[in-house]
Amino acid sequence: MTASLISFYLFSAVILLSSLMVISSKNPVHSVLFLILAFFNAAGLFVILHAEFLAMILIIVYVGAVAVLFLFVVMMLDFRVSLEKSNILQYMPIGIFVGIVFISELVIVLINTKLELKNIQILSNPLSNFKNLTNTEAIGSVLYTDYILYFQVSGIILLVAMIGSIVLTLRDREGVKRQSINQQLSRTSQIELKDIKSREGIDI
Amino acid sequence: MIALNQFLVLSAILFTIGVIGIFLNRKNVIIILMSIELILLSVNINFIAFSYFLNDLTGQIFSLFVLTVAAAEAAIGLAILVCFFRNKGSIAVDDANVMKG
Repeated sequence: MTASLISFYLFSAVILLSSLMVISSKNPVHSVLFLILAFFNAAGLFVILHAEFLAMILIIVYVGAVAVLFLFVVMMLDFRVSLEKSNILQYMPIGIFVGIVFISELVIVLINTKLELKNIQILSNPLSNFKNLTNTEAIGSVLYTDYILYFQVSGIILLVAMIGSIVLTLRDREGVKRQSINQQLSRTSQIELKDIKSREGIDI
Repeated sequence: MIALNQFLVLSAILFTIGVIGIFLNRKNVIIILMSIELILLSVNINFIAFSYFLNDLTGQIFSLFVLTVAAAEAAIGLAILVCFFRNKGSIAVDDANVMKG
């Protein structure tokens, strides 16, 4: 039993247990924390699979941005956690049914297909092209040349997502005093200059 | 040595946990969004496992794009959730019944 096999079993066991806790935890904060644990262990799996760049991206982007975003929303919204047992049990049968259907279909597919990976000859970016490069350099050398269109499209998707979420959550509150620079600059008649003697104050 | 099938089984179980999570948590939209994240994570594990066992880099590139779109989706979903909470005062799926669907 090699070290990579042991770490694979460790990481995957933690991923599965923590994802079970994500969907079954009563407190949403605990769910987010277990989601973070699952992401960390998935990053460990990616390191086993020699995808170091994606492991780091998973930690930085997912744990650092997305999971913290979830945590912010969970803590900002003051919702009552009211998970009655009856309501969970109401959807339990159909959930279990769909889950069994999914897992049995996937298992049937996995059993019945014999993947002959050695015979596949249609690799578009074989790793032998990047012999002397690190993982990050290899990804960069492909991403910015062959996949530049998709790269820019994903940038546009992020831009649209940013604008959309700002538009969705922005609201004008009534009764909030704000500075209106336009109004300030355009007033002329009510300005008065006074020469004030010191230590006396003024009457307005 | 680890075989490809072990990764495929792992991501199949993770995918199923995500799908069950969508059905189970009718009271909490946030956990549904987290289940979607779990599903996308299992897809990413699949992509990277195939990328490793095929000796091909394309799976990692595609996984990068999946991560991008998942981040955008989480941001939009949480913004919609905040809007929904402002209007309804709750985040239960059962309360989203304005269109009687």
